[in-house]
Amino acid sequence: MSGRITRRFAELKSAGRAALIPYLTCGDPDVETFARLLADLPASGADLVEIGMPFSDPMADGPSIQAAGLRALKCGMSLKQTLAIVRAFRAGDAATPIVLMGYYNPIFIYGVERFLADATSAGVDGLIVVDLPPEHDEELCLPALAAGLDFIRLATPTTDDRRLPAVLKHSSGFVYYVSIAGVTGTKSADARAVAEAVERIRRRSSLPVAVGFGIRTAEQAAAVARSADAAVVGSALVDEVAAHLDAAGKARPDLVAAVLGRVRALAEGVRGARRVPA
Amino acid sequence: MASLNTYRGGPDERGRFGAYGGRYVAETLMPLVLELECAYAAAKADPGFAAELAYYLEHYVGRPSPLFFAERLTRRWGGAKIFLKREDLNHTGAHKINNTMGQILLARRMGKRRIIAETGAGQHGVATATVCALFDLPCTVYMGATDIERQKPNVLRMKLLGAEVRPVNSGTATLKDALNEALRDWVANVEDTFYIIGTVAGPHPYPAMVRDFQCVIGEEVRSQMLEAQGRLPDTLIACIGGGSNALGLFHPFLDEPAVRIIGVEAAGLGIETGKHAASLTGGSPGVLHGNKTYLLQTADGQILDAHSISAGLDYPGVGPEHAWLYDQKRVEYVAVTDRDALAAFQECTRLEGIIPALESAHALAHAAALAPKLARDNLLVVNLSGRGDKDVDSVAKALGMAL
Repeated sequence: MSGRITRRFAELKSAGRAALIPYLTCGDPDVETFARLLADLPASGADLVEIGMPFSDPMADGPSIQAAGLRALKCGMSLKQTLAIVRAFRAGDAATPIVLMGYYNPIFIYGVERFLADATSAGVDGLIVVDLPPEHDEELCLPALAAGLDFIRLATPTTDDRRLPAVLKHSSGFVYYVSIAGVTGTKSADARAVAEAVERIRRRSSLPVAVGFGIRTAEQAAAVARSADAAVVGSALVDEVAAHLDAAGKARPDLVAAVLGRVRALAEGVRGARRVPA
Repeated sequence: MASLNTYRGGPDERGRFGAYGGRYVAETLMPLVLELECAYAAAKADPGFAAELAYYLEHYVGRPSPLFFAERLTRRWGGAKIFLKREDLNHTGAHKINNTMGQILLARRMGKRRIIAETGAGQHGVATATVCALFDLPCTVYMGATDIERQKPNVLRMKLLGAEVRPVNSGTATLKDALNEALRDWVANVEDTFYIIGTVAGPHPYPAMVRDFQCVIGEEVRSQMLEAQGRLPDTLIACIGGGSNALGLFHPFLDEPAVRIIGVEAAGLGIETGKHAASLTGGSPGVLHGNKTYLLQTADGQILDAHSISAGLDYPGVGPEHAWLYDQKRVEYVAVTDRDALAAFQECTRLEGIIPALESAHALAHAAALAPKLARDNLLVVNLSGRGDKDVDSVAKALGMAL
C-alpha cells in the first residue's frame, strides 16, 4: 500500500482543513499540455489529483467530461500512455496522491493483473471505476487492494442505509460521495443535504469522505469543505480547458494559466473553510 | 457442452450466463436495478401478471402471429421447407412490442410514472411510444441523430403517438450513444422513471426479462409446427443485433438437441473491411452498457462504431446470453453482408408479397444460402422479425431506384 492517500488526509486533518481534489481527463486537450497541467496542479493547491482515463462511452458523465474524453482519444490517448504520464509526474512529486478514475472496459482489455502491476509501479495510489459496483468486487476491487492500491467507492443519494455497508465494505483511501442523482457537471446539491449525507457515511465508516459532482465555484467548494474531508471539482475545470481551445481544437497559449488559476481559486475557497484552528 | 443438463437455466443469481452478463452499472443505478429484479421476480410468480400480459398480447398486439409456409421461396431456394414466423404482422410491425408490453405492465405494477427508452431503427421506440399511449404514461425516446435521419417515418410515428424524441449528438450519434443517454437520464431521474430496454442486453435482470417476454415467439412456433407438420422444426434462423427476436425464437428450443439453431449477424460491407456489426463473429469480450459480452472495440478497449445497412442491427454489442451460447457452441453464428441482405429483401418481397425489415432480410439471406444444402423435408423457420415499410427509402437509395 503506497499509503499516500491515508498520509495526505492525516496531514490535512492535523492542519484542520479539507482537501481539494481537481479532476482532469488524461491527455486533454493534448498530451503535452496535460502533462504541464498535471505537473503544476500541486503547487496550485491540489491536495490529491484525480485523473480521468478516457473512454468512448462514459455513461456516468455529462457533456463536458464526455467531450474531454473524446478530445483525448482523438490525440491517441490510451491507458498505457496514461500510466506513462503518471510515472513521469511521480518522478518529480513523491507525495501528491494520484487517483485514476474511469470505466472498466479499458482496464479489462489491458488485463487486470498487468494493469495493477503497471499502475502500482507507475505511482498510482487509488482507483475509481464507475461501473464496478460491490457486486463485482472480485473482478478488480479485491485484486487492486491485494496489489496495494486503494479502491475508492462511490456512494450516492440512492445508496440507502441498507446498502451503504455493502458499498463501504471494501472501500479504502476515502469514500467518494456523489452529491446528486445524475451525471457529472449537470446540477448542484445544496450544502445541507450534502452535510447530512456526509454525516450518514461517517457514522458507518472511519474513512475520509470526499464530495463531488456539481461543485463548480470556490464558494461551493468552501461550503462542501466545511462538512466533508475533500471537495472534488471536475467538469468546471474541464470546461475551462474547453474554453481555451482555438477553432481547430488546439490549446491556446493561455490555457494552462487559466486552468491553474481556477484551481488556485478553488483551493483558496477550500482552505478558507478551515474547520478547526490548526 | 454435453455435461450441461440444460441450456435454459441461466442466468445465475448474479445475472451471469457463464462469464457474461452481470451488473456493471454506476452505484446510483444499483438500487434501482435490484428493485427491478425483485419486482420482476414477483410479477413472474403472479398468475395475474401472466394473464394480463396474455390478454394484451392477444387482443392488442394480435398474437399469435402466423407461421406461414413460404412455398415460392421454398421452390426458388430448392431444398428445405421454408416457414416464416410472421412477427411483422404484430401491431407496430415487429417483435419489439412483445417486450414493451411486458415491461410497461411491470412499470405500472411498480407505480412508475415516466417511461424512457433508446432506439436504433425506431422499432423499439415506436413499440414503447405505443404502449405509453395505451396506458397514458409520458414517454421519452433517445435516438441517435444519425438514425433519426435515416428512419424518419418512425420518428414521425413516435411523435404522433405522443412521445418526445430526444436526438443524441454525443459520441457517434447512433444506438450505442442513445443507450448511454438513456442511462444518463435514468441516473438523473431515479425516483419515478422506468427504463424500457429494447433488447436482451443491459444490466441484470434486463437480458433475462426481455428474453422471457420474447419467448412467446418460440413457444408459438413449437405448437404451430407440431400442429402443421406433426413434429418440431429442424432449423431455426434469426437475425441478431442485440439479439432479442433471435433469443425469443431460440430459447424454447435450446434443449432440443435435434434442432439446429443459427443466429445471423450483420457483416455490413464485409467482416474483413471492419465496417460491420458482427460482435460475435468479429468482436471480443468486454464490458459495456451494464453487461459483459462480445463487443466491437479497439485494442485499447474503446468501443467502435458498428456498420450495417440495417439500423436495427447497427450496435457494437450483443446480448450476454448469445455470448454464452456462442462459447458453448449450442447456437451457430454467421454473418451476412448488406448486399446479400438486400438481395434477400427483394426476393422475399417479389416472391411472397412480404416486404421484410432489412434486419429480417439478413436471416432470409442466410436461409437462401443454406436451404439448398438441406433435405427437402427439413423444416426451416426464419423469424420474420419485422416488416420493411420503414426501410423502403434506404432500399430504394441502395438500389438506385428513382420515382
